[in-house]
Amino acid sequence: MAKPAVGGKAPKPATVPSDAKLATPKHNREEAEFVLHSLQDEHEKSLRYKATDEELLNMYEQMLLIRRFEERAGQLYGLGLIGGFCHLYIGQEAVAVGLQSALTEGLDSVITGYRDHGHMLAYGIDPNVIMAELTGREAGISKGKGGSMHMFSTEHRFYGGHGIVGAQVALGGGLALAHQYRGDGGLCLAYFGDGAANQGQVYETMNMASLWKLPMVFAIENNQYAMGTSTARSSAETEFYRRGTAFRVPGMDVNGMDVLEVRQAAEVAFAHVRAGKGPVLMELNTYRYRGHSMSDPAKYRTREEVQDQREHNDPIERAKKELLERGVSEDALKDTDKRIRTTVSASADFAENSPEPPPSDLYTDVLVESY
Amino acid sequence: MALELKMPALSPTMEEGTLAKWLVKEGDTVSAGDILAEIETDKATMEFEAVDEGTIGRIIVPEGTENVKVGEVIATMAGDDADQTDAEPPAESAPAKADASPAAASKGDAAQPAAVAKPSRDPDLPEGTTTTTVTVREALRDAMAEEMRRDDRVFVMGEEVAQYQGAYKVTQGLLDEFGPKRVIDTPITEYGFAGIGSGAAMGGLRPIVEFMTFNFAMQAIDHIINSAAKTNYMSGGQMRCPVVFRGPNGAASRVGAQHSQNFGPWYASVPGLIVIAPYDAADAKGLLKAAIRSEDPVVFLENELVYGRSFEVPDLDDHVLPIGKARIVREGKDVTIVSYSIGVGLSLEAAETLASEGIDAEVIDLRTLRPLDRETVLTSLAKTNRLIIAEEGWPTCSIASEVMAICMEDGFDHLDAPVLRVCDEDVPLPYAANLEKLALIDAPRIVEAARKVCYRG
Repeated sequence: MAKPAVGGKAPKPATVPSDAKLATPKHNREEAEFVLHSLQDEHEKSLRYKATDEELLNMYEQMLLIRRFEERAGQLYGLGLIGGFCHLYIGQEAVAVGLQSALTEGLDSVITGYRDHGHMLAYGIDPNVIMAELTGREAGISKGKGGSMHMFSTEHRFYGGHGIVGAQVALGGGLALAHQYRGDGGLCLAYFGDGAANQGQVYETMNMASLWKLPMVFAIENNQYAMGTSTARSSAETEFYRRGTAFRVPGMDVNGMDVLEVRQAAEVAFAHVRAGKGPVLMELNTYRYRGHSMSDPAKYRTREEVQDQREHNDPIERAKKELLERGVSEDALKDTDKRIRTTVSASADFAENSPEPPPSDLYTDVLVESY
Repeated sequence: MALELKMPALSPTMEEGTLAKWLVKEGDTVSAGDILAEIETDKATMEFEAVDEGTIGRIIVPEGTENVKVGEVIATMAGDDADQTDAEPPAESAPAKADASPAAASKGDAAQPAAVAKPSRDPDLPEGTTTTTVTVREALRDAMAEEMRRDDRVFVMGEEVAQYQGAYKVTQGLLDEFGPKRVIDTPITEYGFAGIGSGAAMGGLRPIVEFMTFNFAMQAIDHIINSAAKTNYMSGGQMRCPVVFRGPNGAASRVGAQHSQNFGPWYASVPGLIVIAPYDAADAKGLLKAAIRSEDPVVFLENELVYGRSFEVPDLDDHVLPIGKARIVREGKDVTIVSYSIGVGLSLEAAETLASEGIDAEVIDLRTLRPLDRETVLTSLAKTNRLIIAEEGWPTCSIASEVMAICMEDGFDHLDAPVLRVCDEDVPLPYAANLEKLALIDAPRIVEAARKVCYRG
C-alpha cells in the first residue's frame, strides 16, 4: 500500500490479526476481530476502483479544479481580498473527490469542518458562489455572512462548513439519524481531521452511531498535522482506523493520495452502511501541502518533507500519469487544464467584482420567524 | 422502646406522597433491609426499607392513603427486645389531618398563591372555555404528546426519557404511545446527543432534546450556541435548526452548587436563540407547543420545584401561545414587579403581602427571555412609575440587569424611583439548609424592595 510515511507514523502491517492476539484469553476474540477487520480485509482484496477512462478523467478534472481554485484563493488572500481564516485543501484532493464520487446524489448527506472548499467543489457547486463567499460578497453562497469556514448547500445536501473542531461529527450523527428516521436509504458522510479525532464528542457520537446502527461514515482525513502538531506528538494511537474498536465500529486504512483507492474503499464502506450494519470508520491518509491556514509559520516540518510528498505522492500527478498510460493524449489534458484555469479565473473575477452585502443584511437571518 | 416510622422523602423536593402498599402487617418481625411499604409520588415509586430489627407495632396510616406528608408517623415499631406494648403509638402522634401544610407557604415552594386580580390571558379564550387542573409536569408532557401526534417529524431524546419514563417524569407515557423510534433513550453523553439533535434538526426533523437538568447542558453548550443558534445566520438563511432544548433550570432543593444554577441570562444573551422560561401549567403547555413548531432553535427552561404545582389549563384542542409576549398575571397601579419562572410565584405572594399594606403591585411574567417583551415592561412602568425585578438567579449580568437597562434607556422619564433587582445572593449555592435559604430569593425580600421604591417602610 502506498502511503505517506510522514509525521512520525510507522508503516502499517498489511494484515492486522496475529496469532499472538488470537491466543489472548478473551472470549469471542476471533469473532470480534473478524467484525472489526472484515472491511479492511475486503478492501485489501481489491484496492483500486476499476474506473473507466471517462470516470478517471472526470475525477482528474475535479481534483485539478480544487487545486487551481485553492491556489487562486491563496493568491486572493495574499492580496487582502479574502480575510480571516482560510484553510486550503491542496494535497488532499483525492479524498473528497474519491469519496464524493461514490455517493448517491440528492440522497446522501455530507458534513465537514472548516477546510471545506474542496468538498463543495467536488459536489459540483458553482465555483463562483464559493469564491464570492470567500471574498465576503452578497453573491456568496452564504450571502457573505459565513465566510470560508461556514458554507452550506442544503440543495446539494451539503450541511457545512463548521468552524468548531469535531462539532461536525456529532451533527453528522444527527443527519444520519434523520436518514434512519425517514427510512430513505441515505447515509451521512462526516469528514474530520486527525486533530478532531482527539475530541471527546467524536467518540460520544461513535458510541451512539454504533449502538443505534446509524447510517454514517466517519471519514478521518489524516493529513498528519493538527495545525502544527504532528500525529505522533498528539495521539497515543496514530493508527486512526483503529479508533472505532472500542465501539465496535469497523475501521479501514486507506491511501488517501490515490483517488481510485479512495473510491474503492468507499464502495466497500458505503455498501456496509447501506446494508444497515451500522457505521464505518475510514482513515484516509493524506498530506496537506500548504499551511494549516494562511497564517502558518511552517516551522513544524521540513521543506524536504513537503517536497517529497509533492514529487512522489501527488494524487493529481498519479491520475495524470495513469490517464496518459491509458492513451489519453497530452493535448487533451492540456485542454482540460486550460478550461479549468478559465473557470477559476472567472470565479475570481466574479468574487472580486460582486458587491458586498447591503448594510440591511446585518439584521436578516438571525431568526427564521418574527415574534 | 417504640420507634416511629416516618413517611420518607424520595427526593429533596418531595413534600407528600401516597402510601401505596404495606408489605408487612402488625406483629410481623422484620430485619434491617426488609421492605416495609411502597411509597409513590407523581415522579417516582420507592420501596421503604426497615433500618432496624424489630416488630411492627401499629400501622397508623393505612395503605392507599394519598397526600401523606413527609415526616408524618406512618407506623410504630418495637425494638428487637422490647415489650410489644412499647410499640403502641403515643396518643398525640395520631394521624395528622391531611390539610395543606401552612409551613410550606413561607418557602413559596408548594404554596400556590392565587392571583387576586384576574390574570390577562392570550389569546382571548372562546366564551365558556372550561379549564382543567393539571400539574406543570403533565402540561409539558401533554404539549409534547400533542405535537408528536400532529407532526411525525417530532421526536424526543435524552437521558432516561423512555423506559424510565423521565428522570422527573415529564416524558411519562410517551414511550408507550410513540415507541422507541420517537422516544429515544440516550447514553449519558450531553455534548454528543445535543450535537445529534441539532444535526437531526438541520436534516429536517423536529427534535426535542431533554437535558436531565440544564446544569449538564454546559457540556453541550457549544452545540446550542455554535451549531444551533448561529447556523441560520451563517448560511444566509439557507440552513435552519428547529430544535428544542428543554429541561429543569435553576435551583432545586439542597443539591448544592453544581446542580443549582439559572442559565436564563446565559442563553438570553445569544442572538439566534429563542429562550422561554414559563411559570404556570397553561404557559408551559402553550409555549412548549409553540417552541416545537418554531423554525428557530429554542431553549426551554423549566423548574423542578414547579413541576408538581397545579394550575388551570384551558380545555382547548390546540392551546398554543405566542412566543415573545409577557403576561400581566396581576394588575396593579403602585409598583411593577417583573419576574419569570419560579420568581412569579414568589412575586404573587409578595403582592398579597403588599396589598395588605396598601401597596397595589402589578406582576409581570416575562415568560420569554429572548426576545424580551420590552413593550409590556415599559407600558407597565409608565403606569406605576416604579419597578423592581425578581429573579431566581445571580444578580450580575442577569435578566434583571437587562430589564434595568431597558428602563433606563427607554423608560427613564417614567421613573419615580431607581429600579431595584431582587436576586439570589452572588455566591455558589450552598448545601446547608440555612445557608441555602439565605442565598435564595424569597417573597419577603421582594416585599422589602417594593416598599423601598414606593418610599414606604
